[in-house]
Amino acid sequence: MTHISLRPRSAAPGSATAATPVRRSRRGSLRAWAFASPTAALVLVFFVIPVGLVFFMSSSDWLLLAGDRGINLPENYADVVDHRMFWPAVWFTIKYTVIATVLLIGLGLGLALLVQETGRWRAFLRTTILLPTAVGLASASLLFYALYSPQIGPLSPLLRALGLAEGPTSVLGSPNGALWSTVFLIVWRYAGFYMLLLLVGLQGVPPEIYEAARIDGARTWQIFRRITLPLLRPALALSTIMCVTGSMLAFDQFYILTKGGPDGSTMTVVLLIYNLAFESKRHLGMAAALSVLVLIALAVVNAIQLRVLRGADDTAGTR
Amino acid sequence: MTGLARAFSRTPFYVLTTGLAIIFLYPVIWTAISSVSPQPGSAQAHGFGFGNYRTVLNYQAGLWTYLTNSVIVSAVTVCLTVVVATLGGYAFARFRFPGKNLLFLVTLAILMVPYATLLIPLVIWLKTLHLNNSLLGVGIVLSVFQLPFATFMMRISFEAVPKEIEEAALVDGCGPMSALRRILLHAVRPGLITIALFAFLAAWNDFMVPLYLVGGDKQPLPLAMVNMRQQVMGVIDYGSTQAGVVILTVPCVLLFLVLQRHYVKGFMSGALKG
Repeated sequence: MTHISLRPRSAAPGSATAATPVRRSRRGSLRAWAFASPTAALVLVFFVIPVGLVFFMSSSDWLLLAGDRGINLPENYADVVDHRMFWPAVWFTIKYTVIATVLLIGLGLGLALLVQETGRWRAFLRTTILLPTAVGLASASLLFYALYSPQIGPLSPLLRALGLAEGPTSVLGSPNGALWSTVFLIVWRYAGFYMLLLLVGLQGVPPEIYEAARIDGARTWQIFRRITLPLLRPALALSTIMCVTGSMLAFDQFYILTKGGPDGSTMTVVLLIYNLAFESKRHLGMAAALSVLVLIALAVVNAIQLRVLRGADDTAGTR
Repeated sequence: MTGLARAFSRTPFYVLTTGLAIIFLYPVIWTAISSVSPQPGSAQAHGFGFGNYRTVLNYQAGLWTYLTNSVIVSAVTVCLTVVVATLGGYAFARFRFPGKNLLFLVTLAILMVPYATLLIPLVIWLKTLHLNNSLLGVGIVLSVFQLPFATFMMRISFEAVPKEIEEAALVDGCGPMSALRRILLHAVRPGLITIALFAFLAAWNDFMVPLYLVGGDKQPLPLAMVNMRQQVMGVIDYGSTQAGVVILTVPCVLLFLVLQRHYVKGFMSGALKG
């Protein structure tokens, strides 16, 4: 994620590194630091120090109201792992992440293929599919909360008409209903985002390659499998990493739509952090310990993804 | 890809895509219409009208308080993000200085650390800084999360400006600050609009940061709307929730439609890194 391969095309090679001698001098450095100092200050005070503090808090018996009461290691971590909601939350988060990622990347790719050409109707479609990404996640969750409600939502009468339910039903009432309702909301909200990322990838494929394949008699499906997919790998890799990261950290949609319910069946790990800190235990030390675990899990998962996706790149190159 | 397009051949394609357009538009349109439609249990029980909006207007501290809070948070986030990222992006693009790569890497590392991890220590840390329950504090935290994207965007924007333009200004006796102000800012305007748009959308819509950091009369609109829904237990007043969603969404949709080009460009530069 940190490797930047983008260089503006208009800049001549090497021009970015060729600073004039004056600017390389000490006065130049001071001046540069003057420009960079607001960034450095913000990053130091509101990022580096809090990251240090979360590690410190995770080792302290730190209560929401009573404050720091001294070292509490490794009890904080042990208490978190032993908490009755810990493993259910981990499993649910993994399940949700897999479902959301498969659906969003699959649909994003499908939508990108549908709308990639120019033309008025396709431009309208692109705008339409992108529109929900401008709606805030909290607003979208509230919107679907009403949409799913048995009182005024259109879904309950529809289910009754189809004979799938008797009387007013809330789709959020059962564990599976709550999961899939939230997944639908997330697909609606984010499909356009992944469509756009993959559209950029598709447009990076030179048209001559398609032409050559067609002249050689390749069929549509063969072109898709043998040309489009391999050339789309970087865009797919980026989308997957972003989608997995976002889904692992799911909070707003579950907090607003299900509050982790029914019966804690849709409790995600980040929802559990909030719950430990402000609702059930009011124990910031435990919440910080779980935050650190999330941070580590995220780093490990992203490292594995980068390795797998890069490894796949290498084998594709040698074939 | 005419082959693929031909495979879809006309009619099924239009049926499918019309269906898709309806799915993506329906929730927004449904909400807008039902917020003014008659619903039992809401302030708009009979006939069409703005009863639900009146409920929201008078909810607790009043819509104007929450709306003002949202505007303040958004303004702080947008201003801080734009100023800091512009200065920082300029430094990264045009100068060499000790610690440059480290600072840039640490700034990008913000992407790797989730909200959820930082908010617990921030609850304590902002209290120490006397920024607890403060809209300024929320704005600062939100702009820190905008920094990786914004700094990266401004860096590549400045790098794309030919050096000669700036050198001519320097020869003519401008200092770097006035060269930045008079010439470069015009050249990087698209980048500025993009980062400002993203900072606004993020701040205006954010729910989690205010949830952790502020309460009471300091709540921005999304948080107030969520709490409003929870307070009316028993019979839930969906009508006022929908009115709230409409109020929250209208500015975002308008900005999206007006600035769509910049919006798409922002996502695309996000796609090119990595």
